[in-house]
Amino acid sequence: MTGPGDRSGTDAGQGAAAPSGGFRKGAFGVSGSGDTSGFGGLVRVEPGGAVALHSTDRPYGGYFDEVTDALIEAVGQATYDAAVQRVLVDRGEITYFVAREHLSTVVQALRDDEALRFELCSSVSGVDYEGSGGPATTPGRPRLHVVYHLTSMTYRRRIRLEVAVTVEDPHVPSVTSVYPTADWHERETWDMFGVVFDGHPALTRILMPDDWDGHPQRKDYPLGGVPVEYHDATIPPPDTRRSYR
Amino acid sequence: MSTTYDPADPYAGSRETTEGRVYTVTGGDWDQTLGTEAYGEERLVVNMGPQHPSTHGVLRLVLDLEGETVTKARVVIGYLHTGIEKNTEYRTWTQGTTFVTRMDYLAPLYNEAGYCLAVEKLLGVQAPPRAQTIRVLVMELNRIASHLVALATFGMEMGALTGMTNGFRERELVLDLLEEITGLRMNHAYIRPGGLAQDLPPGAVEHIREFLEAMPARVADFHKLLTGQPIWQARLKDAGYLDVTGCVALGITGPVLRAAGLPWDLRKVEPYLGYETYDFEVPTADTCDAWGRYLVRMAEVNESLKIIEQALDRLEPGPVMVEDKKIAWPAQLSLGPDGMGNSLEHVKHIMGQSMEALIHHFKLVTEGFRVPAGQVYVPIESPRGELGYHVVSDGGTRPWRVHVRDPSFVNLQATAAMSEGGMIADVIAAIASLDPVMGGCDR
Repeated sequence: MTGPGDRSGTDAGQGAAAPSGGFRKGAFGVSGSGDTSGFGGLVRVEPGGAVALHSTDRPYGGYFDEVTDALIEAVGQATYDAAVQRVLVDRGEITYFVAREHLSTVVQALRDDEALRFELCSSVSGVDYEGSGGPATTPGRPRLHVVYHLTSMTYRRRIRLEVAVTVEDPHVPSVTSVYPTADWHERETWDMFGVVFDGHPALTRILMPDDWDGHPQRKDYPLGGVPVEYHDATIPPPDTRRSYR
Repeated sequence: MSTTYDPADPYAGSRETTEGRVYTVTGGDWDQTLGTEAYGEERLVVNMGPQHPSTHGVLRLVLDLEGETVTKARVVIGYLHTGIEKNTEYRTWTQGTTFVTRMDYLAPLYNEAGYCLAVEKLLGVQAPPRAQTIRVLVMELNRIASHLVALATFGMEMGALTGMTNGFRERELVLDLLEEITGLRMNHAYIRPGGLAQDLPPGAVEHIREFLEAMPARVADFHKLLTGQPIWQARLKDAGYLDVTGCVALGITGPVLRAAGLPWDLRKVEPYLGYETYDFEVPTADTCDAWGRYLVRMAEVNESLKIIEQALDRLEPGPVMVEDKKIAWPAQLSLGPDGMGNSLEHVKHIMGQSMEALIHHFKLVTEGFRVPAGQVYVPIESPRGELGYHVVSDGGTRPWRVHVRDPSFVNLQATAAMSEGGMIADVIAAIASLDPVMGGCDR
């Protein structure tokens, strides 16, 4: 078991437990890596994990500054400061991390303000960062992220909003009153990740059967299966195979 | 669920539910089935699908009817959910291509291209020019095939069966070309992160040119067969009305939005793969109905032919995979005496000459390459509208999350807006004009 000097913080038997401190254990019994050879770096350090936690400094470049200024003007500096926790510009795309209390105000302004005009909600999706390494998933941090991709057809711009919630309190206000197209997207995100969209007209499962248990795209959702005996050998169930961990 | 059969009528059993009496009709006339007891009730709920030929695969519609007027249309999806997004999280970035190509099975090359462009954006690499041109080439071939199926199923559902047989016959010409280029008629896995699985085979360019010569006459035949036909026009005109405001609110893109008059085509407004250098038009209509969507698709077939011709003209010899050996697939395919397989040269190299090459091959094929952590959203214009790939990496050799904004999924939300208040026959026209593909919708 884990000794005081062992920083891996996880062992093969625990499966879904998140590696703490951003370290992963390599070699055989490898977990969470695609390394099937066992030689792919025995201990790999992941500086940031999957979620970068820094905020990009102004100027953001491109149209991002114009959009941000227009948003500040539309909702007011005080609301903006409270609503937008941080802004990340990466690979030519801008992400606003929005507090859920202010999501409705922000999307309403983004759609209706003349300088913003994000008329089209291209996509709403969920991401579960459980066990993605780095400090992003240390206890107390929200692991379920709801990601909105908004498109301005008027200005030909795209931005991304991200709202993070915990599994214990997975409530996010619905944006269906602003973007009717978000209806099915939000139902899918509820179905797959168990995020509850408050104010959605009919938040039911959409892809899985109505009586399904659990939310399949969460990272800790069991893959299930039973061990199969075949010619005196036992084939383990999927969730214990190395290629599924 | 117990069904009690009326011994007098073996065709229509009935049972009591909380919603009232429900009949299961297997044949016969409504007045025989319902008798006189239900004559006072005007509301009729009809379940259509999920195995109805007019619903494009396994789509289920629950229609509230008053006479022949639809008062409420509800869409039930999910019958073809196969967990493709979840599956990609357990395979390498390269293997992801073989999953996503199976989603929208009428436009597999768009799925591959969207996914690979997203992975390349995460990696910060770009496919070489020849690979980009060939991607455009095969994608536009695929658009023609997809639109031909759209027209064929449209014809079938409207009762123009010759439209169906002609559409599938013409599509076969495209599938033959795609088979020659990629080795498969569907689910090609031809476009890979970093480039293509292989270059165009010898003779392919000539065959595509022959197709380009033959196709305009076939499109003209379609116009002769359907466009001028009074029944066809009567069935399509004013059916499934949805204007620009409705489209944007409901997120509808593609031919449906363009038939409402907005020339929104991602190939023009947010060009990728060098589309800004091709000369083509964005066909639109201003009728907002199924008729306009039919005309837009027909016109788009011609525009795709123009793009293919330009792509052929600018094909320059060169690599079709990035140079970076840490990303590029180590083996190149070649045609041997026993069919397509790893090239003998390569097998000889790794098995007989270089231990390091063998290790490299093994590592890259089994473990795959690492992709720097982050997330991207890449939209492309598929035959059905905006196909968006939201791909998240945690820095590992497998995707952390792949979410697909499939246009069929979003566009089907318009069913209620298009068909409520209209006739039940127009529901079929409305859904056919959306051209949904349930494999993409349910993923």
